[in-house]
Amino acid sequence: MFGWEFPPHILGGLGTASYGLTRGMSMQEDMDITFVIPRPWGDEDQSFLKIIGANNTPVVWRDVDWETAKSRLEKFMNPQEYFRMRDNIYADFNYIHTNDLGCIEFSGKYPDNLLEELNNYSIVAGVIARTYNFDIIHSHDWLTYAAGLHAKTISGKPLILHVHATDFDRSRGDVNPVVYNIEKNGMDHADHIICVSNLTRRTVIEKYHQDPSKVSTVHNAVEPLSPEIMAIERITEVSEKVVTFLGRITMQKGPEFFVDAATQVLKNSNHIRFVMAGSGDMMNKMIRLVADREIADKFHFTGFLKGKQVYEMLKSSDVYVMPSVSEPFGISPLEAMQCGVPSIISYQSGCAEILKNVIKTDYWDVDGMADAIYSICTYPGMEEYLRVEGKKEVDEIKWEYAGQKVRDIYNKFVH
Amino acid sequence: MKTICFYFQIHQPFRLKRYRFFNIGRDHYYYDDFSNEDIMQRIAANSFIPANRMLFDLVNQYKGRFKIAFSISGIALEQLEIYAPEVIDGLRQLANTGNVEFLAETYAHSLASTIDPIEFKNQVKQHADKIEMLFDQKPTTFRNTELIYSNDIGKAVYEMGYTKMITEGAKHVLGWKSPNYVYTSSVKPKLKLLLKNHRFSDDIMFRFSNYSWNEYPLTADKFINWIDSLPEKEQIVNLFMNYETFGSMQPSHTGIFEFMKALPHFAFEKGMSFSTPSEVMDTFKPIGSIDVIYPISWADEERDLSAWLGNTLQKEAFRTLYEIGERVRMCNDRRLKQDWLYLQTSDHFYYMSTKHFSDGAVHDQFSPYPSPYDAFNNYMNVLSDFIERVRAQYPDSVENEELNALLLTINNQALEIKKLQSELKTVIDRNVEKLVESPAKSKEKEKEEATDKKSEKGKNQ
Repeated sequence: MFGWEFPPHILGGLGTASYGLTRGMSMQEDMDITFVIPRPWGDEDQSFLKIIGANNTPVVWRDVDWETAKSRLEKFMNPQEYFRMRDNIYADFNYIHTNDLGCIEFSGKYPDNLLEELNNYSIVAGVIARTYNFDIIHSHDWLTYAAGLHAKTISGKPLILHVHATDFDRSRGDVNPVVYNIEKNGMDHADHIICVSNLTRRTVIEKYHQDPSKVSTVHNAVEPLSPEIMAIERITEVSEKVVTFLGRITMQKGPEFFVDAATQVLKNSNHIRFVMAGSGDMMNKMIRLVADREIADKFHFTGFLKGKQVYEMLKSSDVYVMPSVSEPFGISPLEAMQCGVPSIISYQSGCAEILKNVIKTDYWDVDGMADAIYSICTYPGMEEYLRVEGKKEVDEIKWEYAGQKVRDIYNKFVH
Repeated sequence: MKTICFYFQIHQPFRLKRYRFFNIGRDHYYYDDFSNEDIMQRIAANSFIPANRMLFDLVNQYKGRFKIAFSISGIALEQLEIYAPEVIDGLRQLANTGNVEFLAETYAHSLASTIDPIEFKNQVKQHADKIEMLFDQKPTTFRNTELIYSNDIGKAVYEMGYTKMITEGAKHVLGWKSPNYVYTSSVKPKLKLLLKNHRFSDDIMFRFSNYSWNEYPLTADKFINWIDSLPEKEQIVNLFMNYETFGSMQPSHTGIFEFMKALPHFAFEKGMSFSTPSEVMDTFKPIGSIDVIYPISWADEERDLSAWLGNTLQKEAFRTLYEIGERVRMCNDRRLKQDWLYLQTSDHFYYMSTKHFSDGAVHDQFSPYPSPYDAFNNYMNVLSDFIERVRAQYPDSVENEELNALLLTINNQALEIKKLQSELKTVIDRNVEKLVESPAKSKEKEKEEATDKKSEKGKNQ
C-alpha cells in the first residue's frame, strides 16, 4: 500500500482512515501488508503491518556498512531491508539530491514543492516494487496514485486506488488542473477504484468519466475509543446545553450555516450555548459574523484543538453539528456518537449514507438545523434516543467489516 | 354453511404542517391543509367513491344477501365532511339499505385505551354519537384503534356497555386455535370476540397484485374455493381490511373491483352467506375464551404496540401528550378540545417509528416526514405550543384536584345565578303586566286579574 500519512503523526482524516483500514484488514489471517509512507517517525505501531519509509529507501548505491545502517535505520525497520532494496536500484538517480545512505529526503507533509516530492515518491516506489513480492497494489489518495501506477508498470500487478477525496470536494468545483490530471490518469489506468462514499463514487464516475463497473464504495468505519478517552469527564460548568461545531473552519465545512442556525436558536431560547472549535481560513470571518449577529455572549471559539482536547470538547457537548457542504465521508460525527453525543449532519456528507441514528438536514436548511438543535436540547426523549441508539449503531461500524469488503474486491484480481 | 364477514376501515389523520420551534407561542394552527385535502380527495376519487358505488350495486343486486360493515374514525369523518362530502352521501346510501353495519371506535383513532380510561370512554361515546347523527344507527360492535386488544381493554369496553368486539387473530395469542370461530374474553365472559383471519385478509389487501406471489393471479373462484376447503366446523371467515384496498392500495387496474364484484356470485354458488359482525356474534356460539395480557394489534410482524410505542421517542411524546389530558378535559375552549383530539391520532406516533431501519418499509411509505426524528421534532413543537395554550387557561399554581373543586363551585354558582335570574325575571314580568294592563282592560278581566293578584300576593309572602 502507498499512503501519505500514518498515525500518530497525522494532518487530516487520511491518516486515521489508512490506519483503521489496514488494521481491520490485518485481522484476515492470510493478509500481509506493507505500507509505504514518505517519512516515518519511528513511533508508528508496526505490530500488524510493515512500514517502509520512502526516505529510508535507497535509490543511489552507496557503500554503507552494517553498523551504520543499523544505527540509522533500526528505529524504522530491519536494516536488512535496506540492503535488500539497495540491490534493486534500477537506474542512475545521481542527479537527485540524496543523503549518505543514498536516500531522498521527504518532508511527509504538504510542502510547496509537492509535485517534486510526488515524483521522488514514484522513483522510490520503483525500487520497492522490484524488491518485494506482492499481489496487489493499493494507493491511498491522489498523492500516491503516480507511485502506484509506477509500481504496476514494473510488476504487472493489479492497481487499486482508494479515493478518500477528490479535488472537486476540496475546491467546491474549482479544480486544479494539475491535480485533476494526476487523479484522472491514475483512475484511467487503475484496475479498480474504491470510494469512501456513494457521493464520491458519483463524482468519480461523472467528473472523471470512469466506468461505473470498476468503481465501488467501501464506507469508512471508526476505531473503538481507548478506555483512557472513554474515562474523560464532562468539563464545562455552564448550566446551558452545549452545541458544538468541530473541524477546520473552511468553506467545505459550512461554518456560516452553523452560525446562522445558532442565531435562529438564540433568538428564541436561552438554555443553549454554541461552540465553534478548530481553526481555518474562515475563522476571522466567522468571528465577525457572530459579532454582527449580536450573539457573541452565547457563541464561543476555542481555536485549534489537538489530541485529547478534541475528546474533552466532544464529551462536554450535548449536540454535535457538521453542516459540511461537501464531505467525501466525514469521520468526526462517528467519533461524536462514540462519545454519546447526538449528531446533526448534512445530507451532503458521505457518512449520511450509512448513519441512521442521527438527524440529517441539507447544509443550507438553516431553519431545519435550528429546529433539530432545539429539539435535542429541549426534549429529553430525543436526546436519550440518539445518545443510546447512536452509540449502539456506531459501535457496529467496524474497520474489520470495511476490510472484508476491500478483500472481496482484491479477490476479483487475485486467484 | 360458511359465512363471510367483511369489515372495512376508513381512517386518515390530520397531518401536521412543518412547525418550527420558533412558531411556538405564535402560531396556533397546526395542520397541513394542502396535503390533507390532496390526499383525502385523491383517495376518495380512486377508492372510496367507486368502492361505495360497487358495494351499493352488490347489495341491490343480491337483494339483501350481501352484507358488509364499516369502521370509520371520527377524524376521518370530519375530513370527509370537509374535503369529500360525496363519500359520506355514498355511505349514507349504503346505510339506508339496512345491510351495512357501522362499528364503534375511538373518535380520534387514538391509543387512549392503553393509557387514559376516561379519555377512552369519552371518545367512544363521542364517536357513537357522530355515527348515530350521520347514519342513524347506534353501533353495537366495538373495534379499537388498529384492532388493539388486551384483557384490560376488553374489560373497559364491556363496562361501557358493549358485548361484541373485534380484534386481531394474532398467532402468538391464538396458538393452535383457529380465528374462524367466535371467542369470549377471559376476564369478561359475556364479551364476545371476533378475530381477523389475517391470511385471507392479507391475500386481498397486500398480496392481490403481487406478481412474485406463487398464487398470483388471485381470482374470486380460487379464493372462494380456499374458504370452502376450510374444515367443516370453521364456519366464520373474517375479512378485515382498509377500505383503501379498493383502488388505492390495489389500484383499479389490478382488477380488484372486478374481483370483489365476482366474489358474492361464487360464494352463493358454494352455499355461503355474508354477515355483519354483530350478526355473526349473535348467531354463533363462542367456543372458548382468549387471554391477552399484553396488548395485541394488527400491525407488523409482531402484532403488538411497537409500531406506535416502540422507541423512546414515541414513549416520550405519548407520555407528554396524556399528562395534559386531565387539564384539557377541564377546559371549555372548543378549539383546544378539537386540537386535543387531532393530536391523539395514532398516526403521529407511527411516523416516529424507527422499526423500518431494520424491517417493514411499510412505515416509510405512509410517513409525510423524511425521518422519524423529523416526525418527533415537529410533533413535539406542536405539542409544546398546545400545552402552553392549555396552561394559559388556568393558573399553573393550582393543582388539578383543587382546580376541579373550584370549577365545580364556579359551575354550581353559575347554575344558581341562572336560576335566580330567571325567577327574578318572572317576577318583574308580572309586575310590568300589572302596571301596563290594568286601565285599558274590561271589567271582567280586571276581576280575573284581581284574583290572580291575591294568589300571587299569597305566594310572595
